[in-house]
Amino acid sequence: MSATLEKGIRVLKEVIDAPIASYFESCVHCGLCAEACLFYTETGDPKYTPIHKLEPLRRIYEQEYTLLGRLKKMVGLSKPVTDGELDQWQELVYNSCTLCGRCSAVCPVGNDIVYMVRKFREGMSASGHAPEGIKGAVERTVTIGSPMGVKLPAVQAQMKHVEEDYGLPIPLDVEGAEYMVMLSSMEIINFPEYLAAVAKIMHQAGKTWTLCSTAFEATNAGIQIGNSDLAKVIVSRIVEGAEKLKVKTVISPECGHAYTALRWEGANLVGRPFSFEVKHIIEVLDEFQQQGLLKTEGFETDKLTFHDPCQLVRRGGVIQQPRTLMNLVAKNFVEMPDAGYMNWCCGGGGGASAIEEGEALRLEAFKKKKSQFEAVKPDRVVTACANCRIVLEESLEHYQMELPVIGLTELIAEHIPDNAPQAAIKS
Amino acid sequence: MAEAMAASRRPSVIWLPFQECTGCTESITRSHSPTIEGMIFDMISLDYQETLMAAAGFQAEEALHNAMKDNYGKYLLIIDGSIPLGVDGAYSCIAGRSNLELLKEAAKGAAAIVAMGSCASFGGIPKANPNPTGAVSVSDIIKDKPIVNIPGCPPIPVVMTGVLAHYLTFGSLPELDDKGRPKAFFGETIHDRCYRRPFYDQGKFAKTFDDEGARNGWCLFELGCKGPVTHNACATAKWNGGTSWPVESGHGCLGCSEPDFWDAGGFYKALSMPADPLKIAAAAAVVGVGAGVAVSFANRAKKGAAKKAHETTTLEDLEK
Amino acid sequence: MNELQFLTWVRGPGLDIAVGIFLLGVLWRLFEIYSLGRKKDLSAPRHAAGASGLHTVFRRSLPPPGLLKRSPVSYIGGYIFHIGLAVVVFGFAPHILLVKNLTGLSWPGLPSQFIDLAAVVTMAAMVVMLVDRINKPVKRFLSTFEDWFTWAVTFLPVLTGWMAVQHLLLPYTTMLAVHILSVEILLIVLPFTKLFHAFTLFGSRWYNGRANAHKGVPV
Repeated sequence: MSATLEKGIRVLKEVIDAPIASYFESCVHCGLCAEACLFYTETGDPKYTPIHKLEPLRRIYEQEYTLLGRLKKMVGLSKPVTDGELDQWQELVYNSCTLCGRCSAVCPVGNDIVYMVRKFREGMSASGHAPEGIKGAVERTVTIGSPMGVKLPAVQAQMKHVEEDYGLPIPLDVEGAEYMVMLSSMEIINFPEYLAAVAKIMHQAGKTWTLCSTAFEATNAGIQIGNSDLAKVIVSRIVEGAEKLKVKTVISPECGHAYTALRWEGANLVGRPFSFEVKHIIEVLDEFQQQGLLKTEGFETDKLTFHDPCQLVRRGGVIQQPRTLMNLVAKNFVEMPDAGYMNWCCGGGGGASAIEEGEALRLEAFKKKKSQFEAVKPDRVVTACANCRIVLEESLEHYQMELPVIGLTELIAEHIPDNAPQAAIKS
Repeated sequence: MAEAMAASRRPSVIWLPFQECTGCTESITRSHSPTIEGMIFDMISLDYQETLMAAAGFQAEEALHNAMKDNYGKYLLIIDGSIPLGVDGAYSCIAGRSNLELLKEAAKGAAAIVAMGSCASFGGIPKANPNPTGAVSVSDIIKDKPIVNIPGCPPIPVVMTGVLAHYLTFGSLPELDDKGRPKAFFGETIHDRCYRRPFYDQGKFAKTFDDEGARNGWCLFELGCKGPVTHNACATAKWNGGTSWPVESGHGCLGCSEPDFWDAGGFYKALSMPADPLKIAAAAAVVGVGAGVAVSFANRAKKGAAKKAHETTTLEDLEK
Repeated sequence: MNELQFLTWVRGPGLDIAVGIFLLGVLWRLFEIYSLGRKKDLSAPRHAAGASGLHTVFRRSLPPPGLLKRSPVSYIGGYIFHIGLAVVVFGFAPHILLVKNLTGLSWPGLPSQFIDLAAVVTMAAMVVMLVDRINKPVKRFLSTFEDWFTWAVTFLPVLTGWMAVQHLLLPYTTMLAVHILSVEILLIVLPFTKLFHAFTLFGSRWYNGRANAHKGVPV
């Protein structure tokens, strides 16, 4: 056994817990998880059955933590996991799994399969079996600060642009602000409108907010590669930044896994509860709307639909809020089949979009999304995740579909009157 | 047939009682066709039968030895009772010699052996769990002689005399089943020939011994009748000169002509009922919890060790 | 061994052993599985109506939207044979009598004609499920020896029980003995195969439901 494999297995021994044991013991091989997985439904290849993606993990559980498994291993009935096998499984654990969680939602015995994939990635990454693409993203995030290599000067340039274009101040490192706004590098590079939208919305709501110079990047490739140690390094920057600036709430940008990393994994990674709240920008917008701090005018009249980012909706619990916001500004908002809790993934979540060699498969899997779009034929697609947005755009382009994709926050911001009075004046 | 029987020279029959209750002898004296006295006078020379013979003590022993010597190789040996093997056979001795010794000696010169009753056939009640005397059947010991088993506790009188009559008439043993029982009498189950069978087929069962069903003569299956698994002729030959038989008198069959009937889970428990499945349940549960807790501790130690050995993953570790 | 001895063994020592191994196995396995524990979730929970472990324990018995259409055999066949098994096991008067004998608990049985029908339908559903396992690429791909074995071990008690009642093939009492033996095999096999899902299913659904409830997702 190579040293790295040994390490990987040791890590898996650490992460295997009662839920995983219960899940493996409950599986009856009914194959229903395959029917929920877009990589199976679109390719018809049984190897993409979600529970099968965990076979090496199952064997390690059985061999290490069950009496019969130990016996089976001793007499050679259960083969040890090898480097070669994990190599083979890389495609199944990373390329063909976006951690979308549909399998976990349908399993009749209640297995949270995605939970297990996430844990399996701990061992895969520790034993050196993660795909190059995600490794690169992790490396850049840890060393440079962002998966796309964005540094503070680039953010500052963005800030300057927005300030000039909209005449709105973009606060940086303001201590005691209520909100600390996070960005994803995709928003810094591809979708600068986001920052402007947030500025507009905060201005109208009259809330104090700030960016943080040491923690502007919300994405966490450590979560995608499935390595808690590295994910902790990345998330700790945000925790330190938020604590330093003494903010009440950290706002996750329009990015699914960044939200998961901050909202659900963050406290567990650093090993203590946060002293601040974490909210997705969509949650914040919904709150503002409820409190009367978000006032919009006019409606979009073309046919709009909403693509649910998996981590925000199915794995995040923000289900109704985007719909309320859509209806606030859209007259012709239509839902796709399976929309909401059971929505289909764009095909690029969970780090999959960073894996170059997985592109062909990703595009194949996109057919699911395509068929959803074709069912309602929208004029534009709205979403709340920059990664979904990029994957959708690239895939639509590949299939030569003319279908613009926009962010929900920007859409809302477009309907905020430029000379809106500051709500905070009231208080 | 009658002529054949009358014409033949009365063959010598030796009846040895071992670990028994004399019930079989009691039973055979009730035979009505042929009667035991008729057989003794006309058909056989009963040279040794402790209960029936007039002689006692040395005279009796002498009669036995003479009969064995004079008819060597020709006499019919009847055994009732099981043979205790425990404590070198000391549990049952006659004239200071163990049953095992007596059997081996008597079997040597026998033309055939009849194991009379369930004890001689299968070990019977003495063999019932926990079998304190180490009782065994005749066929467990004698392997080189033709043996016919006539089980029953006791056997039906006419079955006993009938088998003897067959042997005397044809000079051979009747056709036997896989348990060494004559097929003519043991070929069918009590259940198959029971006059209450139609009630069974209709699902009409007596639930207690004094309910409506019992008074109506319904099937006694649920009251523990072993008829369905018992091969015997009770339902056809009946007892006491064809007067009646257990089921007719309102009691289920005990299965007395089957091996180990004494240990078949209770006379009054229906055949479909488990004997006592929770017998070792408590012990099993304790062992299960013990094993589980032991594995738990081992697992937690293993997981703890893995945690302790955790090396923080660095970027370099992502490479193989 | 004759019929009486066979029957005596299966309903005596055989059953003792089977029930013993079953109890031992179930307790051992439950400890083995659930003692592994899990970390406390330190993230702040979000509360949502209708989201909890218990909700999921019940809710997972229903097919999620769209799945019934994608795998009708799994759902319909699965429902029929699970419910059928429950009806036959708990509704058949002699089975109730057995429970009454052991524990003193008793409840009204179902008409035997209905039980008979349920047994036939259950077996039919199980055969369909087996054919589906052979035909469907995913199921065939996932199937190991254990899947075929556990199918047989589950099917046999229904078949032999039905045959005993119908007086088919063997004398009733012999078939009854075979039936009891098949149940004993099932009892012994259950804790150590995927059939153990009969126990762990509740834990699994609860864990999943709880994790989702923590995030405010009603699953």
